Amino acid sequence: METVKNYFFSDMGVMLGRSMRHIIRSMDTIITVAITPIAMMLLFVYVFGGAIQTGTDNYVNYLLPGILLIAIASGISYTAYRLFMDMQSGIFERFHSMPIARSSALWGHVLTSLVSNAISIVVIILVALIMGFRSSAGVLSWLAVAGILALFTLALTWIAAIAGLSAKSVDGVAAFSYPLIFLPFISSAFVPTETMPSVVRAFAENQPVTSIVEAIRSLLSGQPVGNELWVALAWCVGIMLVAYFFAMRVYKNRV
Amino acid sequence: MLNTAIKVNGLQKSYQKLHVLKGVDFEVEKGSIFALLGSNGAGKTTIVKILTTLLNQDSGTATVNNFDVAAKPDDVRQSISLTGQFAAVDEILTGRENLVMIARLRHLKNPRQVADELLNRFGLTDAADRRVSTYSGGMRRRLDIAMSLVGKPQLIFLDEPTSGLDPEARLEVWKTIKELASNGTTVFLTTQHLEEAEQLADQIAILHEGRIIVSGTLADLKKLFPPVKVEYVEKQPTLEEIFLAIISMKEKS
Repeated sequence: METVKNYFFSDMGVMLGRSMRHIIRSMDTIITVAITPIAMMLLFVYVFGGAIQTGTDNYVNYLLPGILLIAIASGISYTAYRLFMDMQSGIFERFHSMPIARSSALWGHVLTSLVSNAISIVVIILVALIMGFRSSAGVLSWLAVAGILALFTLALTWIAAIAGLSAKSVDGVAAFSYPLIFLPFISSAFVPTETMPSVVRAFAENQPVTSIVEAIRSLLSGQPVGNELWVALAWCVGIMLVAYFFAMRVYKNRV
Repeated sequence: MLNTAIKVNGLQKSYQKLHVLKGVDFEVEKGSIFALLGSNGAGKTTIVKILTTLLNQDSGTATVNNFDVAAKPDDVRQSISLTGQFAAVDEILTGRENLVMIARLRHLKNPRQVADELLNRFGLTDAADRRVSTYSGGMRRRLDIAMSLVGKPQLIFLDEPTSGLDPEARLEVWKTIKELASNGTTVFLTTQHLEEAEQLADQIAILHEGRIIVSGTLADLKKLFPPVKVEYVEKQPTLEEIFLAIISMKEKS
């Protein structure tokens, strides 16, 4: 058991290398992940944007945090897909009958999800810069934004892991991510919540996306971040822990 | 005891209401080829999964290389390799990358050298840097078996190694299995093709309705039948023999 534990990080490194190769060899997945949010950003800025009253003079600045969350929510569905394919192909059986740390196979996918989503995020921010996104945030604020996005990615990735490990078909794998992608629309990501009817507004103001969006927005615009940062972090960590717990349970049952 | 690679006693396993294994007993000698025969759904894969630590049994004991599978799964995993029913290769990686990956996971010193040797041995050197998705079924199976040999495990499990292969590829796999055993590796093989067991196996066990109903060498099994009666029957070539003959004629010309 000792030796197996000692090799956990090197085994995970091999697994990470493997699934990163998958991503690099299917660049289309990264493009697909980045292109839908970019198209949405174009649509909202140049079509709807003029009619939306956000109280800021730069709608790209207002919109970007929500777009980033949508990108992550659609990006993690590929993690679920890759996990599902591994379960189907029998390669997990090979890994699990080898003297390696069993969870390294799963962690490899999780780390890959972090890296590939980071790439999509960078691409989207570059496009936003071209569209006029400007930020007065300092290095620390940017690091905080990166941290929140990484936590959000991890939280959703573990949800994706549950879906990928327990799905019975490829269609089932894809379906779980739709509500996640839709969630930012019922939040303050695109429009302020004040104009929404009371029930919708109550939902919008108390669901995780709003606090995460607001925290990132404050950080990027160089404004003091208040309570929303802690609420956002609590949501991310909470979802992550619960999803991790269930994903590990499904994993142990399946293998 | 020293010459026993696998020892199974009273093994039972149920899936919900389905009682798949109802007390399975058998032993496999070190360095032999052991074939587990049975029809679809007989529980062959279940036995393989228990012996390779992928599944826990409900009751009974199983030891692999003298390690109990339930109590010492890590020790068992050190000394075995599994080639599952569905080719467990990574389609997006190249053949070489697949082998290097397994060598790294087995913490070998020279992963690239190990990969080169196996590619060479399995006639995959030319295809080494192509993605596995471009491989034929036979090449994929060869790579699959090659991956199982990384790190020279003492015992290898092959779950229906020739299912879905064409006759030529099947002969290739058979040749590989015979070579393995002649080098001292114990081979545990499941199959539903009787001919495969007849061609390869030193010991044969037949699994039927959750139990081993007969086991022994081919000669032992033949003794169970009435003595040979001599009859004259015109020997017609089988379609397989015709197919292989034509193919080899084409290759020579």
